[in-house]
Amino acid sequence: MAKRNVSVSVAGLVMPVRVWGQRFAFLALIALSFALMFLNKAEPEAFERARTVVVDAVTPVLNMMSRPVEAGQAAIISVESFFLVRTENARLQEENARLLHWVQVARQLGVENATLRAQLDFVPDIRPRAVTARVVADTGGAFFHSLLIDAGAQNFVRRGQAVVSHGALLGRVAEVGQRSARVLVLTDLNSRIPAIVESTGDRVIVTGNNTPWPDLTYLEPNSPISVGDRIITSGHGGVFPPGLMIGLVVDAGEGRVSIQPAVPLARVSEARVLDYGVNGILPSPENMPARPDAPAAVGTTSGGSKQ
Amino acid sequence: MNAASFGLVIELFRRVVPGLSTILLILLTQLPVPIPFFPNVAPAMPLMAIYYWVVFRPDLMPLILIFAAGLFHDALIGAPFGLTALIYILVHAFVLNQRRFLAGKSFWVFWAGFAIVALVAMFSTYVMASILREAIMPADAVFMCMVLTVVTFPVVAWALLQSQRWLVGSAQPS
Repeated sequence: MAKRNVSVSVAGLVMPVRVWGQRFAFLALIALSFALMFLNKAEPEAFERARTVVVDAVTPVLNMMSRPVEAGQAAIISVESFFLVRTENARLQEENARLLHWVQVARQLGVENATLRAQLDFVPDIRPRAVTARVVADTGGAFFHSLLIDAGAQNFVRRGQAVVSHGALLGRVAEVGQRSARVLVLTDLNSRIPAIVESTGDRVIVTGNNTPWPDLTYLEPNSPISVGDRIITSGHGGVFPPGLMIGLVVDAGEGRVSIQPAVPLARVSEARVLDYGVNGILPSPENMPARPDAPAAVGTTSGGSKQ
Repeated sequence: MNAASFGLVIELFRRVVPGLSTILLILLTQLPVPIPFFPNVAPAMPLMAIYYWVVFRPDLMPLILIFAAGLFHDALIGAPFGLTALIYILVHAFVLNQRRFLAGKSFWVFWAGFAIVALVAMFSTYVMASILREAIMPADAVFMCMVLTVVTFPVVAWALLQSQRWLVGSAQPS
């Protein structure tokens, strides 16, 4: 009898302690979540390192898991191309005939260009080095638009480099681990790309808005921009190399001009990281060059895009 | 390996299946699916795993594990640490509170319960993300994500049910 009473009283003591412990843990973790979010906002650099360590560790797993997806995509494309082979062949023959004409034009222009450069003692552009990497994850969902690639610092990928795919700009390298990197896609809210409207020469900023159609901001109010105009990188502000295709204008209304990115975001399985020797985002303050006229913000300064 | 230690390994494996399935679903959600706009509206599968396991095996889904899974998810998607973790532990607390009501009922009630959890969790994420990014996020992608999450829940729940039936078992504390 006495033994039973003891066990009941112990259980009676342990249970409330357990319940209070769980409540305390719950409240402590909520407080910790808020604290982490606040610190993340205040000290993003410290948390970036933790993030790249996790991503580095998981990249081989993601790489393996994404193979079947890629194989499925390849299978779908090959079935599609089987049914389209006749029309595709006709289109390619027609395109080939057209391109043969352009080969002649290019050869003539090449000779002319070489002559003119020789006369002007022209200093040639720096040819970019490039790293091609697999896209192992399309992360973020509705709130953050980024991709993970399986190349990092050990492959000479650096923060700020331009990333292209299918011949068009995809975004820029935002975080770099040892063997992985995060690419901030041009549709993300944080993406700002200095650009020009090819037909008018107007300078604009391609501003991500978390929709598939980024906006053009800082456009002159009376600009004759119209739907279908090509938008390319300007190279201003030392952000991206000039001349990279970004997209086409799809909406040129009164209040808002938006573009359709040229890169097919749903079919990006590989990406090329370009190293033009320009830095897409400002370095951290301690790494800033000791220059009194150093740019104050990305995309708001001009010049100095090329060495 | 003798029978006792083999049994121990099997028992350990049974106990980590809920956590592993949650991590696996977090990774699956990140895969680059070649469907236009899909990554922006991909169903929140980790939420399904948390809901399922907290209802049926809360003993194998401790709060700290859910919090760690949330931090892992935040690291992968490039979100501020704590955002998804906060949502996950709130979901854990809510479902744990309501599990006696949800556990013994029909699948429709179980599904409706998840719909409410998904709606509240995603709306909370939307508000938190908007505050953290200092901008109103486009709501259409979140709405589509919510619909897809609720619609695809039975498929993932079926897969989790199979893993519970074959690997985990239904023993649970009273």
